[in-house]
Amino acid sequence: MDDVNAEEAEENLTVRKLRERFPEAVLSTRSVRNEFTILVRSGEIVRACRYLKEDPDLRYDFLSDLTAVDRLAEHPRFEVVYHLFSLQFKRRIRLKIQVEEGEVVPSVTPVWSTANWHEREVFDMFGISFDGHPDLRRILMPEGWEGHPLRKDYPVQASPKWWEEGGAAGD
Amino acid sequence: MTEARTMTINMGPQHPSTHGVLRLVLELDGEIVVRCTPHIGYLHTGIEKIAESKRYQQVIPITDRMDYLAPLSNNLAYVLAVEKLLGIEVPPRAETIRVMLTELTRIGSHLVWLGTHAIDIGAMSVFLYAFREREQILDMYEQVAGARMMSSYFRVGGLFADLPEGFEKTVRSFLTSFPDRLAEYEDLLTNNPIWIQRTKGIGVIKPGDAVDLGLSGPGLRACGVPWDIRKSNPYSGYEQYAFEISKGTHGDVYDRYLCRIFEMRQSVGIVRQSLERLPDGPIAVQDPKLTPPPKPMVKKSMEALIHHFLLWSEGFRVPAGEVYQSIESPKGEFGVYLVSDGSNTPYRVHFRAPSFVNLQSLPRMAEGRLVADLVAIIGSIDIVLGEVDR
Repeated sequence: MDDVNAEEAEENLTVRKLRERFPEAVLSTRSVRNEFTILVRSGEIVRACRYLKEDPDLRYDFLSDLTAVDRLAEHPRFEVVYHLFSLQFKRRIRLKIQVEEGEVVPSVTPVWSTANWHEREVFDMFGISFDGHPDLRRILMPEGWEGHPLRKDYPVQASPKWWEEGGAAGD
Repeated sequence: MTEARTMTINMGPQHPSTHGVLRLVLELDGEIVVRCTPHIGYLHTGIEKIAESKRYQQVIPITDRMDYLAPLSNNLAYVLAVEKLLGIEVPPRAETIRVMLTELTRIGSHLVWLGTHAIDIGAMSVFLYAFREREQILDMYEQVAGARMMSSYFRVGGLFADLPEGFEKTVRSFLTSFPDRLAEYEDLLTNNPIWIQRTKGIGVIKPGDAVDLGLSGPGLRACGVPWDIRKSNPYSGYEQYAFEISKGTHGDVYDRYLCRIFEMRQSVGIVRQSLERLPDGPIAVQDPKLTPPPKPMVKKSMEALIHHFLLWSEGFRVPAGEVYQSIESPKGEFGVYLVSDGSNTPYRVHFRAPSFVNLQSLPRMAEGRLVADLVAIIGSIDIVLGEVDR
């Protein structure tokens, strides 16, 4: 991408502070269209989030969104994406972790209660498990459903026959 | 004897006061709600999955079907996200029309909320009045887009078409009559002792809890947190409009009511300003690779024909990358996270739906209250299940 600007990302206060505090945790940073993304080591995500939330100069107290992306052909396969917002400074930052299929991600529910349903949705749609989540079960699909619809190897259209053969379909 | 004192019952998914197919499992101790567990997904339609196989412009009609009471807000968030990734800016006329219509949408959405919320609590006539006024807004949708609900009026790069003749007059006459109507609703409710008893001090949530639970929109502002994305991170030129953010103090059902009434008044002001400033000019970016050529051109110019054909058969490509764009929808923060791999369809679209997130606050507001209060609280959160389940 043309406008990926590593230098610009480096100047960002949030990026700088997080890198100073957790030099091991920050894998890379980038800035596209004035949006900053920090790739964090997946085991460090909870510590990083708590720091970003509590540091008086940053105060990312609002978790806007939490979701995932399936990069089917790549390794690690999944990205879990966190969109943080600071009500005080009106700033946004995007955190990302990369996880392999079957890998368990630490839950950020102890940092923000709102992560509860978001993580359930990611679990339901992508099959990514969260460690330390108080109530990890499907949220949108029926309980007995097989498969995770937002995975790239899950068909967009399928006849009822497909389900019978696949032995899927809950009730 | 320590026998189980509580009873577990099911409320919904076919219960009128759950505003759609929301199912709540309630653990009751007499009339008191001890535990409230929402079960959602009954209206899950796989919108995010479908979007991955549609070309960028084709995703717009799907977005209508999330918050179907505010289709244009959904359209706006999506087209802004795509435009951000494309790195384009729409012409001033298109931008102004977008603001005008999304603010009318806010009024329309709040009117449905007011009507249904009031009828839940037993105020029948407000329901009829609110729907009478909303009808005028639906008529406006019909004028601009031809459809009354799934209007899909915005396009990546601008608008579907310019405003029809006489539209400004329709909006002006609505703006003249509506403030008086709003005063009528307030006459019926704001100082009504029954309304106050049913809403004041009910479903209280503290600002800290609200932020922790991700509550946004009027629900958050009613607790005294003055966050409105139109002010904090302006989009579509909102920084040029004069308006105020609603603010409550108690975080109860009553304050959420006052906030939304206040917001309707402010929206009237914004629509009025947008009418005054409405500039002339094109309604879409003049880029043949992105927006279709005028129809007469297609019949005369070979190039126009090719562009037209390509746009309808292949669409346009969006540079690889990712963006998050959020707007202040009538319900709260409506966010679009868009990932592109450089092709003509989105690689991944995620919609951060305010109703989905706001609904998480329901147990915190309702537990320890009466079942009858639960009905008032659900109404005050203002959810649309199309958006909760997507």
